[in-house]
Amino acid sequence: MKKTYKIEVDCANCANKMEEATKKTAGVKDATVNFMTLKMNVEFEDGADVKAVMQEVLANCKKVEDDCEIYL
Amino acid sequence: MNKKQKKVLRRIILASLGIVILELLPVMEALKFILYLIPYLIIGYDILKKAWKGIRNKQVFDENFLMAIATVGAIALGIYRVLNGEMAEGLENGREGVAVMLFYQIGELFQSYAVGKSRRNISELMDIRPDYANVEDENGRLEQIDPDEVEVGSVILVQPGEKIPIDGIIIEGSTTLNTSALTGESLPREVMVGDEVISGCINISGVLKIRTTKEFGESTVSKILELVEDASSRKSKSENFISKFAKYYTPAVCYGAVALALVPPVFRMLVMSAAPEWGVWVLRALTFLVISCPCALVISIPLSFFAGIGGASNAGVLVKGSNYLETFAQTRYVVFDKTGTLTQGVFEVSRIVPEQMEDYKLLEYAALVESYSTHPISKSLQKAYGKERDTSRVTNVEEISGNGVTALVDGMVVAAGNEKLMDRLGIKAKVVQESGTVVHMAVNGSYAGYILIADKLKPTAKEAIKALKKVGIKKTVMLTGDRAETAREVARELGIDEVYSELLPADKVSKVEELLQYKGDKEKLAFVGDGINDAPVLSRADIGIAMGALGSDAAIEAADIVLMDDDPLKMVKAIKISRKCIRIVYQNIYFAIGIKVICLALGAVGIANMWVAIFADVGVMVLAVLNAIRALSVKKL
Repeated sequence: MKKTYKIEVDCANCANKMEEATKKTAGVKDATVNFMTLKMNVEFEDGADVKAVMQEVLANCKKVEDDCEIYL
Repeated sequence: MNKKQKKVLRRIILASLGIVILELLPVMEALKFILYLIPYLIIGYDILKKAWKGIRNKQVFDENFLMAIATVGAIALGIYRVLNGEMAEGLENGREGVAVMLFYQIGELFQSYAVGKSRRNISELMDIRPDYANVEDENGRLEQIDPDEVEVGSVILVQPGEKIPIDGIIIEGSTTLNTSALTGESLPREVMVGDEVISGCINISGVLKIRTTKEFGESTVSKILELVEDASSRKSKSENFISKFAKYYTPAVCYGAVALALVPPVFRMLVMSAAPEWGVWVLRALTFLVISCPCALVISIPLSFFAGIGGASNAGVLVKGSNYLETFAQTRYVVFDKTGTLTQGVFEVSRIVPEQMEDYKLLEYAALVESYSTHPISKSLQKAYGKERDTSRVTNVEEISGNGVTALVDGMVVAAGNEKLMDRLGIKAKVVQESGTVVHMAVNGSYAGYILIADKLKPTAKEAIKALKKVGIKKTVMLTGDRAETAREVARELGIDEVYSELLPADKVSKVEELLQYKGDKEKLAFVGDGINDAPVLSRADIGIAMGALGSDAAIEAADIVLMDDDPLKMVKAIKISRKCIRIVYQNIYFAIGIKVICLALGAVGIANMWVAIFADVGVMVLAVLNAIRALSVKKL
């Protein structure tokens, strides 16, 4: 399943780091962060609990870039 | 500017004022040094905080960390020197520390402002999203509602000056439509009752009632917006290269800085038995750190692509990803489908060649005989005839599949069809060399002449092929299912290099595969089709381009690049746009990396000071961003 989220982040490199962090989160199959449109496309593993996974994604992103936000 | 940016701006002004006042203040140097910490904290407290959080989260190599270390290091070095009595040098180090932080913040502010602005610019360019739909309620009053809430089959009303919000069919009214938001061309289109209209067009003159045929989310305008917004998510090779580069580059420079701070002094002490000069080398190491920020690169590359895609969509060229823009710029071979791509796909009577009767008479017989047929050929005959047909004159119509038609017209036996039909009737037909479809005619058993029906070339097709050659396309190829004579004739007229005819859709795929093998690695092959039954070929070519896709979902799905209108010249424009964008991307890569490497080298040998470092960081970023925004302007290409 794929979902798109709006995000808030200030620098392009931080967006790349968020992408890395999201990809490494369990339950996420693939992810792209688009700095220009401030959007994040997340593809989930089959049967993943989207809400729980996204909480985890948010926590991981906050770790790599404190100043970011994902609008869940 | 948003709230965050305004806050940073206020801090920048406050800190700059503080520095100016301090410079003018006649106080003791040691005191001045301490006072410098006030503007430093005003401008840099959030960076220090973020750096600290980064360290706690084991994310040390981010730019906040670099800036914090570089500035704190410079200030610490200053304190050390002041304590050792080197007042002037110490103060200078402190001043540099504050300045680096200040300029870093100015750069960040500029970057976020520029990115925000181009984001808005680009979305304004793509502002084709309708805000509402007019629906009549039970009392006949108009109500504006969210287009998302309009169900399929509802009737919506579009007034002059409004955008058509949802795809549908006109049930009342007629008007002129402006399609420029979708095609980039401001050629108006006349529509009337029964015509299909697509969302995103602007209604110019009359009031329309439209029965919707799609939901808003499935309508053309929503599809296009979705596509363009997703486009920059498909990352190009350049973008991936830069993200990778940044990942290794920053840590590498950090370790380099550590080595620069430690190795030379130790070497001097142990090997040369000279003074270690710790201060000099630490300062050089700090300069290194300031230069090392990868921001200029990381921001300018996606920004260039985004601007390029935005500019292209404004010109009626939809690019479905940065990667396609990159590939398209390297295109050297262009393979065209014929019908609907280079030709209009509309059949028209091009010549009437009668024997022993008038042109008009021959055409009349043909139109009458074919009056019960719905084949495109018979339609074109009827169109050329141009009058209401009196079908009561026609009796005993007999269609002979694959051959033609015979009928009684005004009591005479009239036959219209191909050579096979003439053979069958035992009539000798003229041999026709010209391209197109030939309709032979016989009246009362004797040959009456023929009518030539040809697909018309698009008016800009020839110019487009010529222009493609001019922009460095090595070879143009045409593939068609049409017969060889027609294909050769069209290719000759347009100046196409190679032509393959009488191909089935599957043959087209294998032909493209053949051509793909033949070309070099760095040369890309583009296939241009009208997208209707080209899907397999579109996906097999390096780049699939669908033309005249206005309103055709299938083409938008299958192609990588979509030319919204029918004009083959758009191909040339699209190539120019992609090349400009890629040129800017490379300029930025070389420029940013080049300046950084030079500054790093100069910094290591002590020629570049903190001020040069600030330029290498902030200055390069500013220039790269400005350069990236150039990709947006495509009007003059």
